[in-house]
Amino acid sequence: MNKTGFKTGGRASQRRAIDIVNAGLGRRYRRERRFRFYGIGAILASLLFLSILFGSIISKGYSAFEQTFVRLDVFFDPTLLSQEALATADYSGIIKASLRRMFPEVSSRKDKRMLYKLVSSGAAFQIRKMVLNSPEMIGKTVPVWVPADDDIDMLLKGHFDLNVPESERRIKDIQLAWVDRLKSENRIEKRFNRTFFTAGDSREPELAGILGAVMGSVYTLLVTLALSFPIGIASAVYLEEFAPKNRWTDFIEVNINNLAAVPSIVFGLLGLAVFLNFFGLPRSAPLVGGLVLTLMTLPTIIIAGRASLQSVPPSIREAALGVGASKMQMVMHHVLPLAMPGIMTGTIIGMARALGESAPLLMIGMVAFIVDVPHGLTDAATVLPVQIYLWADSPERAFVERTSAATIVLLAFLIIMNATAVVLRKKFERRW
Amino acid sequence: MSPVTILSAILLLTSAAYVLGRKRAFAVAGDRAGLLRMHSRPAYYGLLTALWCGLPALLIFAVWSFLEPAVITQLVVADLPDAVRSLPPARLNLIVNDIRNLVSGNIVSGDIDPTMQAAAQHYHQLQHVSTAALAVVVLALIMAAIALSLRLISPRLRARNHVERIINWLLIACSTIAIFTTIGILLSVLFEAIRFFDKIPLTEFLFGLKWSPQMAIRADQVGSSGAFGAIPVFAGTLMISAIAMAVAVPIGLMAAIYLSEYANRRFRAIAKPLMEILAGIPTVVYGFFAALTVAPFIRDAGMTLGLDVSSESALAAGLVMGIMIIPFVSSLSDDVINAVPQAMRDGAYGLGATQSETIKQVVLPAALPGIVGGVLLAISRAIGETMIVVMAAGLAANLTANPLKTVTTVTVQIVTLLVGDQEFDSPKTLAAFALGLVLFIATLMLNIVALHVVRKYREQYE
Repeated sequence: MNKTGFKTGGRASQRRAIDIVNAGLGRRYRRERRFRFYGIGAILASLLFLSILFGSIISKGYSAFEQTFVRLDVFFDPTLLSQEALATADYSGIIKASLRRMFPEVSSRKDKRMLYKLVSSGAAFQIRKMVLNSPEMIGKTVPVWVPADDDIDMLLKGHFDLNVPESERRIKDIQLAWVDRLKSENRIEKRFNRTFFTAGDSREPELAGILGAVMGSVYTLLVTLALSFPIGIASAVYLEEFAPKNRWTDFIEVNINNLAAVPSIVFGLLGLAVFLNFFGLPRSAPLVGGLVLTLMTLPTIIIAGRASLQSVPPSIREAALGVGASKMQMVMHHVLPLAMPGIMTGTIIGMARALGESAPLLMIGMVAFIVDVPHGLTDAATVLPVQIYLWADSPERAFVERTSAATIVLLAFLIIMNATAVVLRKKFERRW
Repeated sequence: MSPVTILSAILLLTSAAYVLGRKRAFAVAGDRAGLLRMHSRPAYYGLLTALWCGLPALLIFAVWSFLEPAVITQLVVADLPDAVRSLPPARLNLIVNDIRNLVSGNIVSGDIDPTMQAAAQHYHQLQHVSTAALAVVVLALIMAAIALSLRLISPRLRARNHVERIINWLLIACSTIAIFTTIGILLSVLFEAIRFFDKIPLTEFLFGLKWSPQMAIRADQVGSSGAFGAIPVFAGTLMISAIAMAVAVPIGLMAAIYLSEYANRRFRAIAKPLMEILAGIPTVVYGFFAALTVAPFIRDAGMTLGLDVSSESALAAGLVMGIMIIPFVSSLSDDVINAVPQAMRDGAYGLGATQSETIKQVVLPAALPGIVGGVLLAISRAIGETMIVVMAAGLAANLTANPLKTVTTVTVQIVTLLVGDQEFDSPKTLAAFALGLVLFIATLMLNIVALHVVRKYREQYE
């Protein structure tokens, strides 16, 4: 530094200092621009990841909201449908017969089996329901739209690679010809996939739906909300308003902060060891799932609740105390209602996180294959994220589509919840 | 009468008690002047009545429902034929399970013989008796409590103070749940882990180089002891976490710097929430994305480069996990960077530093402890993350430094060892709890250090 001659302050040496600065300036500005570019690049990179994620899931999933149906002319054969045993009659035989009538040239056993594979095995259940609802159909021929098999569905949605040699394909050439004929006769149509929203899980992709998982999520979240909301508020109120500042409350605080950062799967281990093995609660039940998720979301709600209570200004408290309210009355009648919007926002965010959580639920057995839609807190159930996990493991191509569609539904729920939280915050946010 | 009906009856009667208590207070007071002579407002008398009858009833209900299954099972087992009772505990458990399933109308594992049918009948009957008894006890208690408290209501009864004291205790009870949760986690993991270390020595678990727990299913199998050296599992966890941090820390930190130092208000208002969407996406979605899109992409890319990439490579899982953690790092660093006083920046600008020089040489060093704390929290998140690795990383415990190979993690092993398994004696399932213990301790230490660092740093500038 001394060499630049600040001490002397002569003209020549001053110019030298500015020269040094100027000489380096270009390089420094370039560095500045580079740094700025890294920053913007980082943000763009994360937004790019976000759009790739959404893009890949939506592009793979939207087609699951449509399902291919085949129109069959079903002859409700009185010889197969005797009045006494309508519930147990051979309905798949009826479906097979109508397929055979449509393609009379199919004769060999092998070909027939391939022919039967065009429509879903759920078709038999569908016409069973029709017959049981209106037995007067017996003896008539009625056109019925039945769901196509998942392979045919994939074929028509263009997810099927026809360049693979026939022997390695799940759809053979002869089936392709049949499908083409059905198409030319207008017997194949894509329709809105109602099954997806009204059915439980199934091994057959075309019959699988998310209703069971959604109901499981609803029951689980109900338990979580019913427990974590009051308990969370109570803890927040105690810690923020009543607790004396001592070791004990410090210890509680450290505990809460730690629990907020404990991996979720550890809560699952707790649920397994305590709720299932020690208390003997039922496996796979939304009740236990709700209990585990309660323990997991409590720290979130408590922390949000405390922040919200803190933001209520002291003047409110002093005014309440000044007109003779007891401390409890001050908190319950004045502070808590004012802090409520903030607490609700925190609760909704906690619930959204609980809705997306799956790891702890795997531990307590909510990962079973369950066809029935659960009807109570102790019925075996699964939840939406776990359903996604289960379907993601399934080998059928059609399940990829359904997994993505279930993901879209889950994300839609989450976006709605978070948007509600944001709106609540915007609407009730108060600057004191 | 089912337990749910009893519970709703309790709640209904409690509300009725509130109404009765309040009415009684009005009656005792007589007129407006009388009301002023009462110690508390009428609602408090109602609340006190409700609390006195509701709390004991709920307590009894909880204890009863907790003890009932165990007691009934004991009674039913005691009535089983001697031949059945002398079976080993595991078999006996199976039979008891079957009986329970019979009672609730589920499918049972074995054939149903008459003795079991009878036992199920017995079980059902006992359940019935117990529920009825519970109903009687609870209802009688509530009635007595209501009658008693109605008699006690008088102008001198300090109802508000009593109510407030009860509520205060309830608040304290609620706030201790966090402690009980921690204790519960610690005990549940610790007990099973100790049982595991009875069978497998601790040193072998911590320093062994071979992990193959699946071999220990059958006793007569070759190599039936299994191998429980967890080093490959730990190494896999560390590798995937390291990859994740290599993605998340630079991107998250640079994004935070840009958002807090360069971005104008409008850009910030749009970009910040968008980035936070990444944090709100469920991990199962990331896992699906990793398995379906990223892993095949990396494998194909590797193939065109002539590399042999496993379809469940550590790289894919780590990459996606890194994406998940970006908003975590960025929002924590954002807070810390914003907490650096403006005066420090102004000082640097005054000396002629460019903005990036100020950031690199003044702001970041000042914010470093907080950033380190945030990164530690992010690491704890990464090693505890489950769904991404379960879906995208493999099961094979390879001890390798090649991120293109398959590795496994602690959380993956916990899930695969415990899902669908109900037997809790084999080292295989107990190993999961030992891994859980390691995971809990590791994340706990990281969290404590990180929270301490963050808090200490915050105090510095406030």
